[in-house]
Amino acid sequence: MTEMNSVLPPLSERSNVLRWIRKNLFGSVLDSILTIIGVLIAYWVIKGFLTWALTTARWEVISANLRLILIGQYPLEQAARLWIGVAFLIFLGGNSIGIWARESRFSVALLLSPAILALLPFSSGPRTWLIVLSVTGLVGWWLGRSRPEVLRRSVIIGWVISLPIIILLTHGFTPVDSGGVLAIVKTNLWGGLLLTFLLTVVGILFSFPIGVLLALGRRSELPIIRLASVMYIELVRGVPLITILFMAQLMLPLFLPQGVTIDRVLRAMVGIVLFSAAYLAENVRGGLQAIPKGQFEAAHALGLGKAQTMIYIVLPQALRLVIPILVGQFIAVFKDTALVAIVGLLDLLGIAKTVLAQPKFLGLQREVYVFISLIYWVLSYGMSYLSQRLEERLGVGK
Amino acid sequence: MADEPIIKVHDLHKWYGNFHVLKGINMEVKRREVIVIFGPSGSGKSTFIRTINRLEEHQRGEILVDGIELSHDVRNIEQVRMETGMVFQQFNLFPHLTVMQNIVLAPIQVRKWEKKKAEEIAMQLLERVGIPDQAHKFPGQLSGGQQQRVAIARALAMQPKIMLFDEPTSALDPEMIKEVLDAMVELAKSGMTMLVVTHEMGFARAVADRMFFFDQGQIVESGTPEEIFKAPKEERTKLFLSQILSH
Repeated sequence: MTEMNSVLPPLSERSNVLRWIRKNLFGSVLDSILTIIGVLIAYWVIKGFLTWALTTARWEVISANLRLILIGQYPLEQAARLWIGVAFLIFLGGNSIGIWARESRFSVALLLSPAILALLPFSSGPRTWLIVLSVTGLVGWWLGRSRPEVLRRSVIIGWVISLPIIILLTHGFTPVDSGGVLAIVKTNLWGGLLLTFLLTVVGILFSFPIGVLLALGRRSELPIIRLASVMYIELVRGVPLITILFMAQLMLPLFLPQGVTIDRVLRAMVGIVLFSAAYLAENVRGGLQAIPKGQFEAAHALGLGKAQTMIYIVLPQALRLVIPILVGQFIAVFKDTALVAIVGLLDLLGIAKTVLAQPKFLGLQREVYVFISLIYWVLSYGMSYLSQRLEERLGVGK
Repeated sequence: MADEPIIKVHDLHKWYGNFHVLKGINMEVKRREVIVIFGPSGSGKSTFIRTINRLEEHQRGEILVDGIELSHDVRNIEQVRMETGMVFQQFNLFPHLTVMQNIVLAPIQVRKWEKKKAEEIAMQLLERVGIPDQAHKFPGQLSGGQQQRVAIARALAMQPKIMLFDEPTSALDPEMIKEVLDAMVELAKSGMTMLVVTHEMGFARAVADRMFFFDQGQIVESGTPEEIFKAPKEERTKLFLSQILSH
């Protein structure tokens, strides 16, 4: 149905490519000069990169070490446990998309990405697993879509127990020699993307509640709680993460009784959680300050107590306001986990260094670091994209 | 019992720092009475009404609401807040909750009602204030007049014995004032005890039992609407009334 009387704009106003280029790229002499310089720089950079990536680069360093990069020294014969863990996450992801984002085609396409990765030159084992992942995700999506009401609660429970399950699958619980199921894999064998992932997830999940409590503590009416929160926040924010990680590795044993040792990965996790909590607290405090006094008054006038006012009225609004900042913080946690390489853990960055130490692959820093960066970028951008969707859903800024 | 005042205020004083906002207020309000409080801005009328549910703390004198004295005792404060509903100038609806959720939150969390019961009562109240069709919208999608009517329904959902109105129509566009006043008139006629800070003299004439004129932290004059409008005794009352009635 078009309007009968609609008048088309004059010919010169109708959009076409040439017009757009003239208006936006060559609008004035200065614009034209900037455009030409910009194009030249872009050409020079892209040409240089592509020439290297397609001709000189020796990508076999990646394919030969892919297992190291993904899971470190984790025993290959136990790797099925990790695949099952990932499959569980993808199943939950598919479920959630089916229930809460049924219109999003992009999200469904995302479930197919493991199968697309399977087209790359993998050996038959991983290839089968990648296809299994996609199938599990799609089955989860279909189930979630067909009975959203029934599954909603169990999916939420699933997400809550997913971290313990993943840790349990990764770590195992029967002694190595007993021959039982899920033999223990020591944390010094965890590495690569697996370790980076676990450090990030634990860092985010545990620092979030601590950060919220610290933010509330900083606004508490009880002076001791307020002082303790302020001191903690300012102390931690005044110190670089790397020193906290060193302290967790080197100084923590000094405070523990003789004979008690804490796992090195766990120490790194504690360091990251404590560090991130202080920053989160400040971000959440910003959100709390933005809530008008009238909201507190209305809640109190209705008879809601202080805790109820916080839980039902203030925190939901405050956290919604700071979602973009929180996600920025989460992405920072993800990237900051790379610092554990300096205290000797073999996360993505740490494993990259060991790959490069192999005589066969000396001097291939460029290939390895470009590939590692690509992994960091894809996952960071993924988080950022999800947060934008979440903001739209929750109507932030409306 | 019926004649016993539901609100007793005796020699109430409040300071903001060195500024003496309330200078010895005495007032008794009987059940089912509608009280209109008016006066120039800064006269302490809003502060006064906010001391009655302890949104503002008083420093001297006493306030008894339904026999409960307002002191530092948190349980007393909670008790009084359950018995008094309040409607604010800026509505203060919770923007992240739907209209329905705004109304049922306190009954479910404070009065511990079943969700179903709370929602039924909420629907009845929305019908009473004339906006049952807006139950599942968010406050940001409603007009100012509709928001204020939701705020009234939200306060009533706690089944309070007293309703406090703090300039409920001052933030509204002129064409929306009437719909809010209509809801308030209906409430007054149903027998609710009401304390209303307002300059809507038409409302006062229609339903007020007594009026109090506040100036500089004191009650300058009080009486029935008839006495206040026909024969104000004090010069300040006359002057103020002539100013707000002339425009």
